[in-house]
Amino acid sequence: MAQWHSALTEALTRAGIPAEIAVAIGLVAGALVIALVAPLIALVLIWLLRKVISRIQDRIGPNRVGKFGLLQTLADALKLVSKETITPRDADFVAYNLAPVLSVFGIILLFAVLPFTSGVVGADLNIGVLYIVALGSIGIMAALMAGWGSNNKYALLSGFRVVAQLLSYEIPLVLSMLTVVLVAGTMRFSALAEAQGRFLGFGWYVFIMPAAALVFFVCSLAESEQTPFDLLEAESELIAGFHIEYSGMRFAMFFLAQFLNAFVLAGVAAALFLGGWQGPGVGLPGIGPWLGLGYFVGKTFLVYLLQIWVKGTFPRLRVDQMMSFCWKLLVPLTVGLLAWQMIVQVLPWPAAAINVAILAGNLITIGIALAAIGRHLRLDMIRTKRAFAPASLIGTMKPAVEG
Amino acid sequence: MLVNYAFILILSVFGIILPLTAIVAGWILGPRKPDPVKNDIYESGLNTIGDTWIQFRAQFYLIGLVFLVFDLEVIFLFPIAMAYGRPEFGLAAALVTLFFMLLLIVGLIYDWRKGGLEWQ
Repeated sequence: MAQWHSALTEALTRAGIPAEIAVAIGLVAGALVIALVAPLIALVLIWLLRKVISRIQDRIGPNRVGKFGLLQTLADALKLVSKETITPRDADFVAYNLAPVLSVFGIILLFAVLPFTSGVVGADLNIGVLYIVALGSIGIMAALMAGWGSNNKYALLSGFRVVAQLLSYEIPLVLSMLTVVLVAGTMRFSALAEAQGRFLGFGWYVFIMPAAALVFFVCSLAESEQTPFDLLEAESELIAGFHIEYSGMRFAMFFLAQFLNAFVLAGVAAALFLGGWQGPGVGLPGIGPWLGLGYFVGKTFLVYLLQIWVKGTFPRLRVDQMMSFCWKLLVPLTVGLLAWQMIVQVLPWPAAAINVAILAGNLITIGIALAAIGRHLRLDMIRTKRAFAPASLIGTMKPAVEG
Repeated sequence: MLVNYAFILILSVFGIILPLTAIVAGWILGPRKPDPVKNDIYESGLNTIGDTWIQFRAQFYLIGLVFLVFDLEVIFLFPIAMAYGRPEFGLAAALVTLFFMLLLIVGLIYDWRKGGLEWQ
């Protein structure tokens, strides 16, 4: 049982409320907090994205509505409420209307297992990691329903791309989560955070598994449809992607789901690889849990800022590059990483030696990945040069370069 | 333990209520003036030619099949990963697990050589 819940129930029973009703009130209050905080977080996330992207592009960003433009997102939301909700002709009623609800639903449920601080996990499931994996497919389904139900060719194409991309990148994502489960021996998020508490709260798994953390970060970019992998909403090809026919609040729901998805995946990255709520001073009575909450939120926003940085810096990948990056690089490397970890962990070595061996395997994996990408880019350059070499144009038309 | 799942059940009710409230609020507050041009399919100003539910490339099926195989095997690995550190999980079980991983790798190599991973 989650500790926050038993504490709340105890306080309510002491106030004279029957035990069953106290349990129910505690659960509803906890769920209400998550359901209300999630949209507020999204307001901050959107504001942060616009501000940071603006600074990267040498602009100022929103600065009129509220202090530092903080209320800009709220104003946008109000504008979207007052917009007409247009249903296109021949749209599939059920799929078209269910898709935005379902996309938010899947993300809100993910908040249930995030370890905010010691004893405060919405539902401290013993299958927490598997729960994240399972709910990840609801978003895919919502996107496909939106693409298919809108009766629009662009939306349908984008829906196919969503499925192909999200399915492909789910494999390395799950495998990189599996490496952490293999080391920790648990899927419970609170226990995962506890396991990283050594060395004054700096026994983070990113220090022994940097390659797995990198793979998880790249795949979380792909899963939350962020820039290097945003082919499914490539403006120049598909106009808006699967939500092209949505307007008003229904469009806002997809927007909300996308930002919250990025945030939740950043939170999962913080919980799995960056020690969750662990940090110096979390064991102190009284102030400790609050420090833990601060550490967890801080780490999550740090990962989110990293995502924005990537978003502001990298160009979009081509679809074949994206698919081969996943299936020919990320999947073999993570499978190899997992096999290496399985071999090492069965050896009768002390824990420190096993950790060093895992670190060595991770560093070698990063080296192989960099070498493979470098080789591919060199070959690509040679191929491009050959394709545009003037020699191939002889006899067909004028030389490419005069003189 | 059951309290955790009760929490998820209650949260899922809120997870449906939250987007529904927003959408219904938008539906009430927004104007409603449908006309045939506005409700038409958006296609950069042109009329859509033919059926929307077009044929699509078989590649998507291939990716889906490869995903199915991989995802199933990976889900099987989760319980193994939970038990891996326990003392009763001996060398023989570890060898079986490694053989299972080998199947995964052989499958990937087979698919790669067959060209199932090439995106044309």
